[in-house]
Amino acid sequence: MNCCCQPDRNWEEIFKQDKVDLEMITGVLNKYRGEEGSLIAVLQETQAIYGYLPMLALRYIADELGIKAAKVYGAATFYTQFRLKPVGKYLILLCEGTACHVNGAERLEIALAEELKIEKGETTADGVFTFDTAACLGCCSLAPVMMINGQAYGPLTPDSARKIIRDIYAREKADQERGQAV
Amino acid sequence: MKLRLGMGSCGIAAGALDVWDGIKEELEQSGLDLQAAPTGCVGMCHHEPLLDVIEDDGSVYTYGKVNAERAKEIIRTHKAGKGPLEDYLVSSSLQPNEFLQAQFRVALRNCGRINPESIDEYIAAGGYQALYKVLKTMSGDDVIDELKISGLGGRGGAGFPTWFKWNATRNETGSQKYLVCNADEGDPGAFMDRSLLESDPHSVLEGMAIAAYVIGASTGVIYCRAEYPLAIKRLQIAIAQAEEKGYLGEDILGSGFHLTIRIKQGAGAFVCGEETALIASLEGERGMPRLKPPYPSEKGYWNRPTNINNVETFANVPWIINSGGAAFAAIGTTDSKGTKVFALAGKIKRGGLVEVPMGISLRDIIFKVGGGIKDDRQFKAVQLGGPSGGCIPERLLDTPVDYKSIKATGAIMGSGGMIVVDEATCMVDMARYFLDFTQKESCGKCVQCRIGTKRMLEVLERICEGNGQAGDVALLQDLAAEIKAAALCGLGNSAPNPVLTTIEYFAEEYRAHIEEKRCPAKQCKHLITFVIDPVKCKSCGICAKKCPVNCITGEKKQPYVIEQEKCIKCGTCLEVCPTKFAAVSVD
Repeated sequence: MNCCCQPDRNWEEIFKQDKVDLEMITGVLNKYRGEEGSLIAVLQETQAIYGYLPMLALRYIADELGIKAAKVYGAATFYTQFRLKPVGKYLILLCEGTACHVNGAERLEIALAEELKIEKGETTADGVFTFDTAACLGCCSLAPVMMINGQAYGPLTPDSARKIIRDIYAREKADQERGQAV
Repeated sequence: MKLRLGMGSCGIAAGALDVWDGIKEELEQSGLDLQAAPTGCVGMCHHEPLLDVIEDDGSVYTYGKVNAERAKEIIRTHKAGKGPLEDYLVSSSLQPNEFLQAQFRVALRNCGRINPESIDEYIAAGGYQALYKVLKTMSGDDVIDELKISGLGGRGGAGFPTWFKWNATRNETGSQKYLVCNADEGDPGAFMDRSLLESDPHSVLEGMAIAAYVIGASTGVIYCRAEYPLAIKRLQIAIAQAEEKGYLGEDILGSGFHLTIRIKQGAGAFVCGEETALIASLEGERGMPRLKPPYPSEKGYWNRPTNINNVETFANVPWIINSGGAAFAAIGTTDSKGTKVFALAGKIKRGGLVEVPMGISLRDIIFKVGGGIKDDRQFKAVQLGGPSGGCIPERLLDTPVDYKSIKATGAIMGSGGMIVVDEATCMVDMARYFLDFTQKESCGKCVQCRIGTKRMLEVLERICEGNGQAGDVALLQDLAAEIKAAALCGLGNSAPNPVLTTIEYFAEEYRAHIEEKRCPAKQCKHLITFVIDPVKCKSCGICAKKCPVNCITGEKKQPYVIEQEKCIKCGTCLEVCPTKFAAVSVD
């Protein structure tokens, strides 16, 4: 009796791990309400607000827009852009494109996983970094490349990639300490 | 004197924003009243960041690998009348470099020359004249005739005659028709559309406006990858500017023709490059293709007649209208007219975006335009067409670039991704890489593609891991034939191409992997070992320090040793061992 398609259930209880404020997406829903075929845009804007797609929000979108929950979940899991888990403050996307592959992207993956102490697809325990890959970032002449929060870095070596991560981490640490001091 | 800074994604990634700050600082401090503007990508990505100095007499000097300090130096030198500064000069209008000389720019005519965020610069470069000409003097049939003469084919890969597609949608009845621009450039290793949209978005809009007029559509949609934020931003700016100037919107140029264009962002699915999958995605569904017919020209977006073309195709249209179809047809070969844009990358000296006349040989693109192989290593193959394409070996390098000749090699022209690889690339691994990609991107609708590509990938993985069996190559060929024949859409139909071409041209590598458990390119991890030569090792200890899994041990004055069981074959030791010792080798 746990099927998510059943109406009138207490979704907040079922998806209680998602502590999200659903009112944050009211604006998005109002903007697209009644516009056919806008599901992907709704999901994109929802992800921009929360940083990921909480299950509770998916359920809410389905109810609000009158779309079957299975269809919303179907679209959210079909496209690689969508994530169902929260991401860290810095999203690292290592490019797996052909040019990066032939220029040694795999070694960067080893180095980054080792530096961050997580595998690809995971987030560090302190929530600072999420490490993922992208099919191609389109900066092939800078291969091998990674992108951190929209900023591309390349051409990289395992050492230079580690250094970039360490620099960001050091900056984060310093900011935190300054925050605490205040 | 004017300044122009390359600020496409690649320029910005290479540090163009710092250079921009440097230029601003220099102009403020020196009080110089110079015009400085951003531009898109001229294609010389290997020299980014690029700065152009345009002297008052119109001569252009292009500087490469510029940083903030160098930019200041360049500005001062030119201002003092002592230019050009030869040290960083990569090309000039008086002496264009080889990379630019061998090209013929139609689609990329404005890229790296105008400010992509200024409609005035586009208009000054002859922009929107073609739309004016069409609306004021031509009927839809006139445009179709001109396109027929030009021989323009779809630049997304298949090369299907553009006039035929337009005509089919034009002939459909019904008041509501749609025009779609496919900017879902999903091929790994391809960045033609990104660069075009970032560098000259108005040329695509103008091409779309002409197409919409011909087919009778009042709504246009650009389906662009969300991974291209800069392209989307510049398109948004361009659409707003064109609406303001009356090139889009209601009653365009007083002709009574209306057109609104909006952008839909793709969400990352390679299969959405296929037109029926793209339409499903536009409608908010999972991007899964369907059987054709009916073709989109009959039943497309919301079941209405829809015409879909690629970014580059649209960018060619204004040029063809202005210069005439015959001028376009005069470029290229009998069967393949005009030019084609390629994204040149991989182990190549001068990577970047190039537009060449059809019929040029692969050798000329790689060695003349691209300058040959990085570090002067040995050329091995060129991969054309991404996951749907194939690898072409050295002996076929004189193949002319036209649709028929490329197809005869087993590869495809594709959208223009061209990846060059050298002797250090394993071709079996290359095939595995592409199958891994298509298998992940298969939408799962048809069995042949969903399961067939998975089975092929498993076979390729075991070959790369040294567990290949006799008969594996034949098994791959069997599976490939089934998938090619029965898959529902182009993704599945073409998925086996990278495997089939590598089997055909690099059979020896497959044999070495399967029979001798050896990777001739020394790339497949399971088939290689890293060793330290005890005689050459001078016990500096750098390798042990850098080894990510700490599997190298040694002491002062004792040669270091790699513990093979723990080694993950990352190659770090080989890379860090000082060249004067060169103690690490791969077997």
